[in-house]
Amino acid sequence: MATMDPRPLIEPGVPPVITGEHTPGSVTDDITRPIFGTTKPWWLVGLAASFALLMLFLMAAAKLVTEGTGIWGLNIPVAWGFAIINFVWWIGIGHAGTLISAILLLFRQDWRTSINRFAEAMTLFAVACAGMFPILHLGRPWLFYWLMPYPNQMSLWPQFQSPLIWDVFAVSTYATVSLLFWFTGLIPDLASLRDRAKNIWIKRLAGIFSLGWRGSSKHWQNYESLYLLLAGLSTPLVLSVHTVVSFDFAISIVPGWHTTVFPPYFVAGAVFAGFAMVFTLMLPLRPLFGLHNFITDRHLQAMAKVMLTTGLIVAYGYIVEIFVAWYSGNTYEWYMVKNRFFGPFAFQYMMLWVCNIVIPQFLWIKKVRTSPWILWLISMAINVGMWLERYIIVVVSLSRDFLPSSWDVYAGTRWDWAVYVGTIGLFMTLIFLFIRFLPVISIFEVRHLAHEKSHH
Amino acid sequence: MSSDQLYGLMAEFPNPETLTEAARRTHKAGYRLVDAFTPYPVEALWEALEHKRSWVPAVVLTGGICGGLGGLTLQYWSSVIHYPMIVGGRPFGAWPGWVVVTFECTILLAAISGLLGMILLNKLPQPYHPVFNVESFRKKASSEGFFLLIESADEQFDHAGTKSFLQGLNPIEVSDVEE
Repeated sequence: MATMDPRPLIEPGVPPVITGEHTPGSVTDDITRPIFGTTKPWWLVGLAASFALLMLFLMAAAKLVTEGTGIWGLNIPVAWGFAIINFVWWIGIGHAGTLISAILLLFRQDWRTSINRFAEAMTLFAVACAGMFPILHLGRPWLFYWLMPYPNQMSLWPQFQSPLIWDVFAVSTYATVSLLFWFTGLIPDLASLRDRAKNIWIKRLAGIFSLGWRGSSKHWQNYESLYLLLAGLSTPLVLSVHTVVSFDFAISIVPGWHTTVFPPYFVAGAVFAGFAMVFTLMLPLRPLFGLHNFITDRHLQAMAKVMLTTGLIVAYGYIVEIFVAWYSGNTYEWYMVKNRFFGPFAFQYMMLWVCNIVIPQFLWIKKVRTSPWILWLISMAINVGMWLERYIIVVVSLSRDFLPSSWDVYAGTRWDWAVYVGTIGLFMTLIFLFIRFLPVISIFEVRHLAHEKSHH
Repeated sequence: MSSDQLYGLMAEFPNPETLTEAARRTHKAGYRLVDAFTPYPVEALWEALEHKRSWVPAVVLTGGICGGLGGLTLQYWSSVIHYPMIVGGRPFGAWPGWVVVTFECTILLAAISGLLGMILLNKLPQPYHPVFNVESFRKKASSEGFFLLIESADEQFDHAGTKSFLQGLNPIEVSDVEE
């Protein structure tokens, strides 16, 4: 953690990671204010709107369960439409959280401290949304446990050589480890809530989940050891998850999917999309909760740079795809590329280039990296662009495969859209509940940072 | 108050530096059942109180090895022994396809055993502990207070003597911790 870092926290020419004068007590006060304060009207409005979308999700899911996957636009050849597009999109969004909390912790990037709790929560909720799609896509979601290895009368086992089973293991492990990591980080903060809360229910619930934490130095020693190890375990895990997701495509022989660049390019795309989503949510939250002291311009700049870098890796991926299709001399691959540029989905493909490659180039400009409004607009463009990326990968390749006789067009139906928009409702509902009832910034880590800062 | 109802003596300090110094002197003075409480990790304290190395890494390693071997065994047993079936012309024990699941099982068990290990090694969950009987501890320990505790079970403990020793360390206040 920050104590092991010999570098001063304020470097010449670099904005500080926290501003203002702080004592450990004032940090606690500032961060717990949204929890102990009164309910704000904007929060109620936001929760109500998100909850309405969540109800739309439940309605669409009920319709799907009663009528089957025929209500979606799926058919042969495009048997994997919105379900896989949205699954990959959501799971990618989740990756920024693990990157911020684990990889940046290992790299001793102290600016991560103010945003890791929020990003981890975002990871959990995004993975929850992602998990909905493969399960609903089963058509009989109540049989999802058939994917797990369990002893049964039919002596049936999952096919362990299948990328879809790898997905089951990778995503469920990812969800579990993210939850453990998030909970571990919360334990000392829940103890603070327990000791500060006036409301008896907050006090009791925080008391139960803080496990009787009392901040003994022996506790902290085991705790720090665990925290660092969880970061070390999450780092290869997060890289493996999106690699495995890319195997869903890359292990096949479909033109446009059978590509060795997919694992690194998918991981970079995930981080790109995830940072965009952190921006999308955090930029409005900062003024609403008055968190300018903890989420400073330094954070915006650092995150914008990560976004720019991963965006360039994604651009490299796009170019390599085209180059390899041409260089391989494979007719089907080259047709796929031409079809992307000039076929029925050419508009979506052009928008993908604009959103993911052209617009992020503004991040080279320092003024852009520090202006919240422009950053927010850029991150919205990336959210859309990354969704389009998965759309292009899935739909263009499947709708025009090897045999022209099997070609068909694909479009999502209103139920496809209802499920998709509905999971955004699920995500936002969870986010709204989280920002009201739990500290959005890790209190004990910021205390540590504030202490370090006052001694340099 | 008789001393068998007394859990120990607790002194509060204004910041981690004074607490660390006090802990060092307490340890040097021969007290062994000493604990320090801080609202965020202070690594200098571990040295001052000469904590042994944490067992958490060993627990995580054991969990990871069990998870990896377990995952591999599950796949080998199910696809080679219990229900062998030829898929894609590969041999039954075609292990490269098992790498992903083995890896995920390793990480999963390492992480779960790590968290459980940390909780159990810290003897948590423990909703009741005598230190919470001190009012200033209850109010401040988890946000801004720095506390040092000497347990009455310590061999050198003597209510009056230990109290004056603690007062010699320049604390904000010294309080009795009731059992």
